[in-house]
Amino acid sequence: MNVTEQDQLSYIAAQAADSRINVEIETEGMTLNIGPQHPATHGTLRIVVKLDGEQVIAAEPIAGYMHRGYEKLTEVRTYPQVTTLINRIDWLGSFANEVPFILAAEQLMEVEAPPRARWIRTILFELSRISNLTLFLGDMGIQLGAMTPVFYAFRDREHVLNQIESVTGGRFHPNFDRIGGIKDDLPAGWIDGTRSAMTRIAEFCDQMEALLLNNEIFESRTRGIGVIPADIALSYGMSGANLRASGVDWDLRRDGGDGLAYKELDWKVWTHPDGDSFARFWVRLQEVREGVKIVEQLLDGIPSGPVMAKVPRIIKVPPGEAWVETENPLGAMGYYVVSKGELVPFRVKIRSASFNNVSIASWVLRGVYVPDIITILASLYFILGDIDR
Amino acid sequence: MSILAELAYWQQTSLRVAAGLVAVLLPAGTLVYLYLFKMMSFMQSRLGPMEAGPFGSLQLVAEVGKWLQKEDIIPTRADRLIFGLAPFIVLMSTFLLVVVIPFGPDAFFADLPTGIYFALAVGSISVIGILMAGWASANKYSLLGGLRAAGQLIAYELPMVLAVVGVVIQAGTLNMQGIVVAQADGEIFGWGGIGNPYILTQFVAFAIFLIAVQAELTQTPFDMPVAESELVSGYLTEYSGIRFLLFFISEYATAGAFSAIIAVLFLGGWYIPGIDIDDNVFNVIGPIVMMVKIVLVSFVIFWFRFTMPRFREDQLQRLAWKVLIPLALVNIAATAVLKVAF
Repeated sequence: MNVTEQDQLSYIAAQAADSRINVEIETEGMTLNIGPQHPATHGTLRIVVKLDGEQVIAAEPIAGYMHRGYEKLTEVRTYPQVTTLINRIDWLGSFANEVPFILAAEQLMEVEAPPRARWIRTILFELSRISNLTLFLGDMGIQLGAMTPVFYAFRDREHVLNQIESVTGGRFHPNFDRIGGIKDDLPAGWIDGTRSAMTRIAEFCDQMEALLLNNEIFESRTRGIGVIPADIALSYGMSGANLRASGVDWDLRRDGGDGLAYKELDWKVWTHPDGDSFARFWVRLQEVREGVKIVEQLLDGIPSGPVMAKVPRIIKVPPGEAWVETENPLGAMGYYVVSKGELVPFRVKIRSASFNNVSIASWVLRGVYVPDIITILASLYFILGDIDR
Repeated sequence: MSILAELAYWQQTSLRVAAGLVAVLLPAGTLVYLYLFKMMSFMQSRLGPMEAGPFGSLQLVAEVGKWLQKEDIIPTRADRLIFGLAPFIVLMSTFLLVVVIPFGPDAFFADLPTGIYFALAVGSISVIGILMAGWASANKYSLLGGLRAAGQLIAYELPMVLAVVGVVIQAGTLNMQGIVVAQADGEIFGWGGIGNPYILTQFVAFAIFLIAVQAELTQTPFDMPVAESELVSGYLTEYSGIRFLLFFISEYATAGAFSAIIAVLFLGGWYIPGIDIDDNVFNVIGPIVMMVKIVLVSFVIFWFRFTMPRFREDQLQRLAWKVLIPLALVNIAATAVLKVAF
C-alpha cells in the first residue's frame, strides 16, 4: 500500500490531537492575509498577521508588490529627465520628491539657485506637504469608519492642487524643478490665489479638529493605540511626523541643510510626547497649520530677480558624490548621487521615509486587536510608492 | 376589518402580501434615496446620483436592475445550502418585524396582545442569518464579521428590551395599538393637549433604544461587522448579485421597521394631536403619519452614521454592558416608582 506524504501528515496530526484531548482543548491561531488587495492598505502592501481570536500574535509587512526599479532607471536617464521619474515616488507630495535630487545635483555642479527660485521652490515644497497631509487628515477618518472627512479633504486639497497646477502645469507630477532654479516664474495673480487657498486649508484644519480630534470615539480609538517610544522609533530609523509624535524634536527643515529658505522664516516644530496614533494625527494637523503660516510668510517676503542660474544647455555633472536629505511630507527623504562626469548619474540611492516608517509594523502591531491594525497603519501614514520605489 | 372579512381567503392573503411588500419596500426605498444617496452626498459636499430620473430619483431602480443581472457567485468552498439560505433568513426577520406595526386603528397585519414582545423577539432572528452568512462563506473576513455581528447584536438586544420595559410600564400594555392609544389619551401633568408622546417622559429609554437600534442595524458607529476598512465587507464579502440585494434591502427595510417601532413607542404612532382618536380618517392618514415619523426617526439614525467614526469591538461591548444596561435598569426603577406615585 502506498503511503503518501499527506497520509503520514494526517496520521501525525491525529496522534497529536489524541494526546492533546486529555490535557486541554487548544485552539489554533488563524493566519489572516491583509492585502495586497485590501481597502485599508491604500496600495499593495501585504501584511500577514497571526491572530488569536481578534488579537494579533505576530504581524509581518511584506513590501515589494509595487517595486518599479527607480534607482536603476535613473542610471539610464539624463539629469533633467530623472525628475519626471522620481516625482512618482511619493505621488501625493510629488514636487517634494524632486527637490532633494536637484539639490544634490546642484551641489555636485556647484551651482546655486537664485533667491527667487529658492523661495518659489520652498513654497511649492510646502504646498505639496499641505496637499499630502490634508489627505491624511481625511483618510484617517475613513480608516476609522467616519466616511465624511475624506470628502472634505479631497475638496479642500483641490484648492492647493489648483495652485500647484497653475504654476507647473501638473496637478500631481509637476516636473518643475531644474538644476540651477525652476522652470518658470509664477503666473500673474498666483500669490493672491494661494493666499485664499491657504485660508481654505486653515478652515479645513479647524473642521477636522472639530469633526475628528474632538470626537470621543476617535479619541478612544486612537489614544494609547500603537505607542512607539522615542528610542524604538529612532532605532527603526523612523522620521518625519511619526518621529516627532514620539517626542523627538528633529526636523530637517530646521536641522538640515540650507537648500531651502526655511531658516529665514519664523515657525515652530511641533512634537507630542505620547507616541500613539492620536499623537501622530495631532502632529500632522499642527504641521498643516504651520505649513499655512510658512507659505503665508514666504508669499509676503518673496524676493525679485531671475528664477534660473546660468547652467549649460547640456548638463554634464562633474565627478563626485553628494548626499542631500530634506524633510518631505512623509519624513526624511534623501538622494545619494554618484556621478562619473557623464550625462547620466552613475548610481542613485533613494532613501524614502515610508520604508523605514512601515518597517516598525511588526514591532508595534504585536498584541493589538484587528481594528487597531488599521488605526496604526493609517496613523503611520505611508505611501506605497514611497515604500517600494 | 369589515371589508376584508367579505373577501375570499386567497384575496385576503394576496392583499396582505401586497401590503406587506409595500410596508417593507417603500420605507427601504425612501431611506436609500433620501439618506444614503442624497443626504450623505449633501453632507459630503457632492451631488450624488443625478442622471437617472429627476434628481436621480430612479437611481435605485437602476441599481436593482444591475444587481439582478449580476452573476450569482458562490465560492467553491462555501457551504452552498447555508450560503444561499442566509439572506432569506435575514429578510424574513424584517418581514416578521413589520407584521405587528400598526399603521392605523384598523390598518395592521396582526394585532397581537404582546406585540412589542413579538417584535423584539423576531428582530433578533437576523443574527442567525448573519452568522450563517459569515460561516458559510468560507472566508476569514466573513467569519470575523459574522462573529462580531453575533456578539454585538446579542449585547445590544438587552438594553433594547430593557428600554422598552419603561414604556410598557407607563403604557400598561404590551400591545402596540394599546401603546399608541395610551400615548394619545395620556396627559402631561394634567394637560392632555398633545397627549403624552413617550419621548417626553421616557427620554432616557428613547435615547437608549435609539443607540441600541443603531447597533442592531450595524450602522456606524457600530458597523464593526461590515467595517469596510478592516474586514473588506465582513459577512457580506462573498455575496454578489441578487443575494447581496436581499441583504441590502433587508438592511434598509429593517432601518425602516425599527424607525416605525420607535415612532410607535415614543412618538405616538399613527396618531397626531388635533383629531379625535376614534375618527375613521386615521385609517387613511395613519400610514402617511407613520411614514413621516419613520423618515424623521431614521434621519437621526443616518445622521449619526455619516458623521461618526466606529467603535472598536471591546469599546462597543463596554458601552452596552457598563453604560446602557445600568441606565436602562435605573430608568425602569424610576418609571415604576413614578407610576405608583402618580
